[in-house]
Amino acid sequence: MNSTTLSLIQLGIVFFGLGALGRLAGMIGMSPVPLYLLGGLAFGHGGLIDLAGINDFGHIASEIGVILLLLMLGLEYTATELVTGLRQSWMAGVLDLVLNMVPGAAVALMLGWGPVGALVMAGVTYISSSGIIAKVLGDLGRLGNRETPVVLSILVLEDLAMAAYLPVLTAVLAGVSLAGGLTAVGIALVVVTAVLVLAVRFGHLVSTIIDSPDRESFLLKLLGAALLVAGLASALQVSAAVGAFLLGIAISGATAHDAARVLEPLRDLFAAMFFVVFGLNTDPTSIPPVLGYALLLGLVTALTKIATGWWAARRQGIGHLGRARAGAALIARGEFSIVIAGLAVASGGVPKELAALATTYVLIMAVFGPVVARYIEPVARTLQRRPAAATA
Amino acid sequence: MKIEETPLPGIGVRRELTLATGRRVGVVTHRDGQAELIVSRTDDPDACAASIPLTAEESAALGALLGHTQLIAQLSAEQEDLSGVTTHQFPILHGTPFAGRTLGDTQMRTRTGTSVVAILRKGKVLASPRPDQDLLVGDIVVIVGTDAGLAAAANILHSQ
Repeated sequence: MNSTTLSLIQLGIVFFGLGALGRLAGMIGMSPVPLYLLGGLAFGHGGLIDLAGINDFGHIASEIGVILLLLMLGLEYTATELVTGLRQSWMAGVLDLVLNMVPGAAVALMLGWGPVGALVMAGVTYISSSGIIAKVLGDLGRLGNRETPVVLSILVLEDLAMAAYLPVLTAVLAGVSLAGGLTAVGIALVVVTAVLVLAVRFGHLVSTIIDSPDRESFLLKLLGAALLVAGLASALQVSAAVGAFLLGIAISGATAHDAARVLEPLRDLFAAMFFVVFGLNTDPTSIPPVLGYALLLGLVTALTKIATGWWAARRQGIGHLGRARAGAALIARGEFSIVIAGLAVASGGVPKELAALATTYVLIMAVFGPVVARYIEPVARTLQRRPAAATA
Repeated sequence: MKIEETPLPGIGVRRELTLATGRRVGVVTHRDGQAELIVSRTDDPDACAASIPLTAEESAALGALLGHTQLIAQLSAEQEDLSGVTTHQFPILHGTPFAGRTLGDTQMRTRTGTSVVAILRKGKVLASPRPDQDLLVGDIVVIVGTDAGLAAAANILHSQ
């Protein structure tokens, strides 16, 4: 058997297996991301079977997966929504940032991973999974709830924070000095502001260049633009992911909706590959030593997200139950935590255990986040019914 | 009455109105056009008791159903100053002799002195129907007339 044949067979097995896992996830109503990660863990280095044949394809496919994940994240909210969100609820955004970055950074420092590891883990524990949360809110019939706009506006701000965080992260991972890091922050903020202004004022221009009445040429132009911008950004040391993300923000209006629809199947394909490759490169035997930390981190950052949602919902005059729902909805972490860990691991600037901790953490949060979101209400009701509750 | 519009970033937009009873009723429109009817809960006004996805056809039908009560209220209001004249709705049921025939076949005006002012069909209003308008099972016929005239009209439409 030549190597192409072997690759095709192994890829076929991987995709078929992922499809089956995705179906399983759909049946029990959970996000497929944790199952993809588990699948990768099972078939990677130190796993059950070593799939070496897919390495070449896996490498480039997972790169494209990250680019598409971030392009779609950029497309998710319009520039106007981002600006409005920033204006209306920046305080909740700051609270979210501080409360949820600190635990991750603290654990990384405790484990002796240094400031770079701390910055990475801060991002991993900070970013909620907008994909999982939007789905959970829809499934639980909470789109009409009063606290839902509060939850969504926090997600919008996290999206915006990513635009500043990712360039800084890539600069730090590339090993620049403190001064260099600060310059990177400055440049990142200027670039993000510029892109936002561009998108609000001239978004239709970017859209016109990419838009096409023909679905096929639209898809090709879109993908071409994304890879081109990502590649150029990478050449400028800004990270491919950031470039794709900013392009996503710059595409606006109807074009953005069409783009999201056209790209969705591609994103699903390549993102699944990214999660598998991340799992493949994580040694399952490195998980047990960090399991305790992952559980602790999960518990603490679940509570900090609840606190964030509670506080933000209270500011909007929402009752106790609504505040609890808003907090619990935010708990789920997922794809973007893995993207951040993936960027860090790929750069080689952080210890291998970080991948294990991030994987375990996301496995826990992606599974239990939606569960808590569902059952917080009966729990909160019971607590509320108790006269003179201890929390008062 | 004020309709409140709340953007739901990444999802769509929510439009709702607060009823006199304090309950919220509204529609969440997803970015892909899918609509969802929402009704708030009484014990927890922040939450929703129901959140019902509707197809485009279903929402149009529901909207028209609700709109009809307004149309009939309007017709009744217009007739209010004419003493002794009222509006009534008659459904065309299975077994009625006029299902599948035209309005003219009922000879409604000649026999009862009443007027058919509208026919409600599948969420649409056919206003001021002509005598050659056909009647189908499920239609609702809106008739204006005196009480005696309306009773006679009921006998005609509902005779087996």
